[in-house]
Amino acid sequence: MSKPILELADVNVYYGAIHALKGVSLSVRQGEVVTLIGANGAGKTTTLATVCGLMRPRSGTVRYGGEDIGKVPTHQLVARGLVMAPEGRGIFPALTVEENLRLGAYARRDKPGIEKDLQHGFEIFPRLAERRRQRGGTLSGGEQQMLAIARALMSQPKLLLLDEPSLGLAPLIVQTIFETIDQVNKQGVTILLVEQNARIALKHSHRAYVIESGEISIEGESAALLDDPRVKAAYLGES
Amino acid sequence: MQILLDNADFASRMLQQVANGLTKGSVYALVAVGYTMVYGVLALINFAHSDVYMLGAYFAYYPARWLGYMPDTAEKPKAPFWLMGMAFLGAMAACAFIGALIERLAYRPLRNASRLAALITAIGVSIFLQNVGQMAFGADPKSFPRYVDQSSVNLGVISVGNTSILIIVVAFLMMAALHLFVQKTRTGAAMRACAHDMKTARLMGINVDATISITFALGSAMAAVGGILVAMDQPRLTPTMGLLMGLKAFVAAVLGGIGSIPGAALGGILLGVAESLVGGLWDTTYAEAVSFVVLIVVLLVKPSGLLGRAGREKV
Repeated sequence: MSKPILELADVNVYYGAIHALKGVSLSVRQGEVVTLIGANGAGKTTTLATVCGLMRPRSGTVRYGGEDIGKVPTHQLVARGLVMAPEGRGIFPALTVEENLRLGAYARRDKPGIEKDLQHGFEIFPRLAERRRQRGGTLSGGEQQMLAIARALMSQPKLLLLDEPSLGLAPLIVQTIFETIDQVNKQGVTILLVEQNARIALKHSHRAYVIESGEISIEGESAALLDDPRVKAAYLGES
Repeated sequence: MQILLDNADFASRMLQQVANGLTKGSVYALVAVGYTMVYGVLALINFAHSDVYMLGAYFAYYPARWLGYMPDTAEKPKAPFWLMGMAFLGAMAACAFIGALIERLAYRPLRNASRLAALITAIGVSIFLQNVGQMAFGADPKSFPRYVDQSSVNLGVISVGNTSILIIVVAFLMMAALHLFVQKTRTGAAMRACAHDMKTARLMGINVDATISITFALGSAMAAVGGILVAMDQPRLTPTMGLLMGLKAFVAAVLGGIGSIPGAALGGILLGVAESLVGGLWDTTYAEAVSFVVLIVVLLVKPSGLLGRAGREKV
């Protein structure tokens, strides 16, 4: 079993008086796709925000590559390969597709590498190549999600955090996005994925955690969770 | 024949006022870019900006005085060219530092507070700087060193001061350089990203705090240049000289579309020309009112300004 690239131990996060994460512990190992599923407001996005330094834990530790990153600013984490494609995609609407992608490579200085990755991104998402001079705001939801993922890849992630990549997308597009996620993972990127769409997330991940009102309630192999009666009842719409 | 002559006279008066307006407007534009850049990134009107402009003029005054180019009795000797260069660079650097320091000390602690709190703080910083100016420099007007000898240049039917030409040329070059910096450099890209969406900018690996500091520093350096240029043209310094300039430049930024650098440049020029035309062809008393009329009309008719983005796009 490979060593964990990310480890959260007993993490507590507050929004003012609201206790959003109550002692969350989870780990992601090198090369895995791990998904965190849960209902609205369960703490999924807060978990990701805490991992990438947008929120700070009041107690507990977040370790990335074995190192405590509780005080490391977000922009330095990006340079170290901890990259997030945010919920709502975070596209810069007034900038072109290409400008958006190049901002993804902001922390990098290797010009030839950036050009190569730009071409690589266009190969993965030919739609983005067609629209490279178009403004980000004019893209459809699915295209914006592709752009968000392609842009995150421009940062050369070692660990990629994806926040609700299926949000607001048609089923067919969701399928495409998840196939891309598999592909990215096969190229060696570890992925922590947050999803409300539990079925597809479990199908496209190795392991999963279920979060309920700020606490991890179930964890296990994704395949096993697909058959777990509690998961079936609460998140897969089966009884 | 008489009518023709009158018309020719009128046309030359018009041209003269346009030239005067371009001069004034160039400075409004220089100061306005500072307002607009900070607003673009933080959605904050940095009222202290006009006082940084005042500091810029004073910072160019003292070196000449210390080096003996401001004797109390005799005729002022002309300051050498190298000293003018040093005065410009020194004042720009000092103002850039002060601008960034103001952000660090006064605005950053309020980054997550309400916008009103930040706005009132900005007014407070402005009043603070004016009073520090009065303490440090004295409330009495200071006359500016002789960095250039004023003369007029004849351009056919109109004549313009050499300082006017200097103002227009320097202001234009500074703004062109700033525009290139924002559009072409990596730091410029970071500034634009922060202006669009600070949280996402952070996720791109951009050091948002450093980018905001640079934004303040750049705007403040531009204001310093504006302050020195105006002092060369009208060599009279007071600690409150920023007040009216700040107001005009703010209106220029709103007119051009607050948040847009080319907008601030355009707004400044238009406002300057409009003021001069009203003043020269009608009545100078009304010239001062032009900016307020412009502000009201813009806010009523097109609050996003001439080149501004209308609202935030929802993604």
